[in-house]
Amino acid sequence: MAGQPLRKPTRLEPWQDAGQAPYVRIEKVTKTFGDFVAVDEVSLSIYRNEFFALLGGSGSGKTTLLRMLAGFEQPTEGKIFIDGVDMSGIPPYERPVNMMFQSYALFPHMTVEQNVAFGLKQDNVPRAEIRDRVAEMLEMVQLGAFGKRQPHQLSGGQRQRVALARSLVKRPKLLLLDEPLGALDKKLREKTQFELVNIQEKLGVTFIVVTHDQEEAMTMSSRIAVMNHGVIAQVGTPTEIYEYPHSRFVAEFIGSINMFEGRVVESAADHALIASEEAGCELYISHATPAPTGTPVVVAIRPEKIALSKEESPDAAGRNSAKGVVREIAYLGDVSIYLVELPTGKTVRVTAPNVTRRTEMPITWGDEVYLSWRPFAGVVLAQ
Amino acid sequence: MSGVVSALSRLGLWGRGAVIAMPFLWLLLFFLVPFLIVFGISFSESIVAQPPYAPLVGWLTDEESGTTKLQILLNLTNYLRLTGDDLYILAYLNSVKIALVTTLLCLAIGYPMAYAIAKADPARRGPLMMLVILPFWTSFLIRIYAWIGILKSNGVISNLLEWTGITSGPVEILYSDWAVYIGMTYCYLPFMVLPLYSTLEKMDPTLLEAAADLGCRPLKAFLTVTLPLSLPGIIAGSLLVFIPAVGEFVTPELLGGPDTLMIGRVLWNEFFANRDWPVASGVAIALLLVLVVPIMIFQYVQGREAEER
Repeated sequence: MAGQPLRKPTRLEPWQDAGQAPYVRIEKVTKTFGDFVAVDEVSLSIYRNEFFALLGGSGSGKTTLLRMLAGFEQPTEGKIFIDGVDMSGIPPYERPVNMMFQSYALFPHMTVEQNVAFGLKQDNVPRAEIRDRVAEMLEMVQLGAFGKRQPHQLSGGQRQRVALARSLVKRPKLLLLDEPLGALDKKLREKTQFELVNIQEKLGVTFIVVTHDQEEAMTMSSRIAVMNHGVIAQVGTPTEIYEYPHSRFVAEFIGSINMFEGRVVESAADHALIASEEAGCELYISHATPAPTGTPVVVAIRPEKIALSKEESPDAAGRNSAKGVVREIAYLGDVSIYLVELPTGKTVRVTAPNVTRRTEMPITWGDEVYLSWRPFAGVVLAQ
Repeated sequence: MSGVVSALSRLGLWGRGAVIAMPFLWLLLFFLVPFLIVFGISFSESIVAQPPYAPLVGWLTDEESGTTKLQILLNLTNYLRLTGDDLYILAYLNSVKIALVTTLLCLAIGYPMAYAIAKADPARRGPLMMLVILPFWTSFLIRIYAWIGILKSNGVISNLLEWTGITSGPVEILYSDWAVYIGMTYCYLPFMVLPLYSTLEKMDPTLLEAAADLGCRPLKAFLTVTLPLSLPGIIAGSLLVFIPAVGEFVTPELLGGPDTLMIGRVLWNEFFANRDWPVASGVAIALLLVLVVPIMIFQYVQGREAEER
């Protein structure tokens, strides 16, 4: 389910293009509440038409950062530029930005139409134009027939779409979304992910989404900033974040991963060799590591990159392979998760697709199995 | 087994019934029965006796045939007097006027107070609300007497005005409609602040953020979002002030001038000075009818609010 290709193969990658000026520039922004540092010297550049995700757990500072972009909070230090304009001291009602709130914040005393029209009325848009634009917007979110309803007469999914229509009706260049899908159930969430991406591409709006759901961030966004304790741990495309995590935190936060503690034995330009007592074998990595020989490191290997077999692979030679006993199996339909205990006591998580159809599994509880992985599978992280 | 269960559930039903019956019984005994007695007296005739009104129902014995008949005398003159005599109509109108002015003054002072408390730091809200309720801990009469000391000529306000040179001589605010407005606004202010505070405090602050985000300036956001959403509180507070203010007796009696005509004073005079219980009862019934309309609006609004929740 993770990694549905919502985006077209031709990706826009403005951050690769040195000539592109960022649409949103966050410069060393710090926000403190009393002694608590919510956002700690964060710098970010977000480009036009990006679908940018701020991903992090609760208290990571992602929502505070979003609220500073909207103007509800002022940075304690640092500056925010939107379209080249310094936003310091500019109140929310004068910013070229709209926000979709986590709670939707629909006005309970107004109908759906009045809610959507609210922003246009503030700009003194002519009545006929307001009517047309509201109707067009409601049509786009498939709520054309619900204009006269009150918010409390709508389902959660419908309210979410009213909130989206209300935040988009002013045609902002930048839309901020605070956990836009948080209150929806799983099926509706997946459907809405598609809709959001389609709308974003159709309208050419820059989206900045705050989410704690890594799957949501992976499927929708062009780039992700993983936040932790007010600091940005890593910025990159979903693939970069997943396949090349820079730190132990990012590796563990996104998906599941196996960590083997070890020590660098050999460090060369094209490979590295790490001795790990935990893994019970030498780990051969086909890329260079900045860590010099002798330093303790962690090798991270994703569960789907480990092969599971009842026979030992012939070219193992004590590298990138281990023997263990299957302790747990979780059958998820498309894949199964195996927890394999190594003689060293370490439990390794392996996922394998259920390629064939059968009721009896070839590998079952208590079986002795061999684990092996290719040289490119591991990522060396500093400890 | 099933017998025990059904007996228990019957007992539960009975218990629930008893809980509901208690307030009903209370209202029946101390509201409906006295109301019916007063309603009855209003149709009676004033006589010099103990009690000072003629019985409505009596037995009439025909001397000739010796038969006894049930006689019910309904006397409508009391109500005719209410419409005939200017005094009563003027007193009603003046009561409604004073109650309206009091309500508006309470709203004008109470709304900013309630708003400020609702927006205050959560830790400070409790003590601030305590301050609003604090006057209730002192006797109502003592507080009104204190106002006499403040408002009288050579009182606190008068001396202050003279001392600052705004006025040359002593100022008498006491014994005027203004004194009544001041006293009543002071007395009823908490009844306005409490419901206003509870609606304003419940309001979701992100609604104002949403309004600002959509380009709405703070003042306009207050008028288009906060004010309409606090309407239930405004209505509840206004009725809580208006209804008792119409029938108010003590404050106008103590602070008002001789020409401060209010229905509560008229009622008092009819009962205790004139000892005309039937007319006084008629005044009371008419007052009740005048008040039933706002009470019903209040009930309707409350019911609708409860439905929405």
